[in-house]
Amino acid sequence: MNSFEIHALKQRTKDIIFQVTAIVGLLFAVTVLLLLLINVFQDGWGRLSWQFISSYPSRKPESAGIIAGLAGSFFMVSLAALLSVPVGIGAAIYLEEYGKKNRLGKFIEINTANLAGVPSIVYGLLGLGLFVRWFQLDRSILAGSLTMSLLIMPVIIIATREAIKAVPQGIREASYAVGATKWQTIWHHLLPISFPTILTGIILAVSRAIGETAPLITIGALTYVTFLPKNITSEFTILPIQIFNWVSRPQQAFHENAAAAIIVLIAFTLLLNSVAIILRNKFSR
Amino acid sequence: MNGSSTLLPVSETTEKNRSPFSFSREAYVVTREKVVHAILMLCALVSVFTTLGIILVLLFQTIEFFKEVPIINFLTDTQWTPLFQDKHFGIMPLLSGTLLTSLIALSVSVPLGLIIAIYLSEYAPSFLRKLLKPFLEVLAGIPTIVYGYFALITVTPLLQNIFPSLSGFNALSPGIVMGIMILPLVTSLSEDALRMVPKGLREGGYALGASKLQVSLSIVFPSAFSGIVASVILAFSRAIGETMIVAIAAGQLPNLTANPLQPVATMTSYIVQVSQGDTPYGTLAYNTIFAVAITLFIFTFLLNIISFRLRKKYFSMGGD
Repeated sequence: MNSFEIHALKQRTKDIIFQVTAIVGLLFAVTVLLLLLINVFQDGWGRLSWQFISSYPSRKPESAGIIAGLAGSFFMVSLAALLSVPVGIGAAIYLEEYGKKNRLGKFIEINTANLAGVPSIVYGLLGLGLFVRWFQLDRSILAGSLTMSLLIMPVIIIATREAIKAVPQGIREASYAVGATKWQTIWHHLLPISFPTILTGIILAVSRAIGETAPLITIGALTYVTFLPKNITSEFTILPIQIFNWVSRPQQAFHENAAAAIIVLIAFTLLLNSVAIILRNKFSR
Repeated sequence: MNGSSTLLPVSETTEKNRSPFSFSREAYVVTREKVVHAILMLCALVSVFTTLGIILVLLFQTIEFFKEVPIINFLTDTQWTPLFQDKHFGIMPLLSGTLLTSLIALSVSVPLGLIIAIYLSEYAPSFLRKLLKPFLEVLAGIPTIVYGYFALITVTPLLQNIFPSLSGFNALSPGIVMGIMILPLVTSLSEDALRMVPKGLREGGYALGASKLQVSLSIVFPSAFSGIVASVILAFSRAIGETMIVAIAAGQLPNLTANPLQPVATMTSYIVQVSQGDTPYGTLAYNTIFAVAITLFIFTFLLNIISFRLRKKYFSMGGD
């Protein structure tokens, strides 16, 4: 073997070592996550029953349930989506189709990117100062939904912009060529074409809203609620806060309740995320 | 010719008959365009108002706080005990707790994330990449409260087998779990940056006889460096702002220490701690959470800006 061959062999060995390291790292990360998930399922599966889903919280872990959290999460997230989807899509249309060249548009664009990176707990304090105190909405579902709608709006704006950007320029020009106005072009062509991608963004935003805990703790959503929300001014709790409450207790039995509630929470968020990703992969082809 | 002259009056009359309607129709369309434009602009402005709202709410309560506590104490005192009899308001213990957990998270997610990103972008067969990317995205959707449960219930007891002196609440376990949580973010953004490097650079390396690893590490990686730094900074910002994992597993005990085996409090976990209790509105203890939040906001804001600039510059250069 001459020196060149030795050198080549060395390089090839290093190459293989790197690949093996990378694959081991990848497997390690995936395995750790799967193990953690399996662990939660083992801890909580035994507690999961219709009784658990349909009961109110209780001091006795074996008779406690998540119905109040489920209902609160459902109402809070639905209302938040209702508030932020139209506004978010409107903002995205403005940024893509109207404000692209002017300074206001550029400013809002940077601003939206920054908002997407603001920690969720800071939104919680915004909600506390603005909606709970200033608007005097107290610890109502409306205050929670407004806070959550501001939190998920950047997600919706960014997803919608990507969707509208992906519509070929020719579609716009063809529409203008037959005399359509800007809004007609947007309403009849851009929105229908980009709808699947926008829907993907909305689903991801909703999934994010379901899992967020911190902002609703700061606005003072309760942990012990034994009634279903009647209207948007009702006090409420949400599933993640119920989990937080149970995890924070020392008793093993409450940890099992937390694990069971986590299974329900993960089922919702993973289902939504999977649907969103399948939807996107289907339509991006 | 003849046909057109007979047609002309007809069209003129219809034009005349329609003219009031056609005028109002045109006016209607023009007005509608303007109204729609204004509504859309208002929607876009909501995001500006949100930023403004955050800054104003935080500033207002923080000013109240600094009326009672000198800013110099806030920055230099080494104790944080606003809820005790002997009150101290030094942000240092919260900052050290935040940095400690975040740095542990980065030391897990950055090396692992970068190796996986290089592998996915340079080595992996395309079917593996197509399989893994959605998988990583789905994982990114797991709520952070779930990771908090992992940290407290599963990882801490596991680590206690390795470090017997590890306390039940500590910085290490939430740090590691946070690292796993931000791993998909680091991997995905770094891989995007690596894939932006033009093919020609790689081929240039191969033409000089470099191996795949040499091309990856000495050509592709340095070329994508600013894009990768942007992803790491964003991950850092995410770790600093992460709340539920540390609130559950780190112990909520303000502790000026670099020892990861001890309980610590972070800025975020302190805010949760106060919000959980029944601290009355307007009291000094209530105002502390806004002073802490504005510190948190400034940190993450600066990191996000740097990351955003770097990424924008990198991707507008077409990856160079």
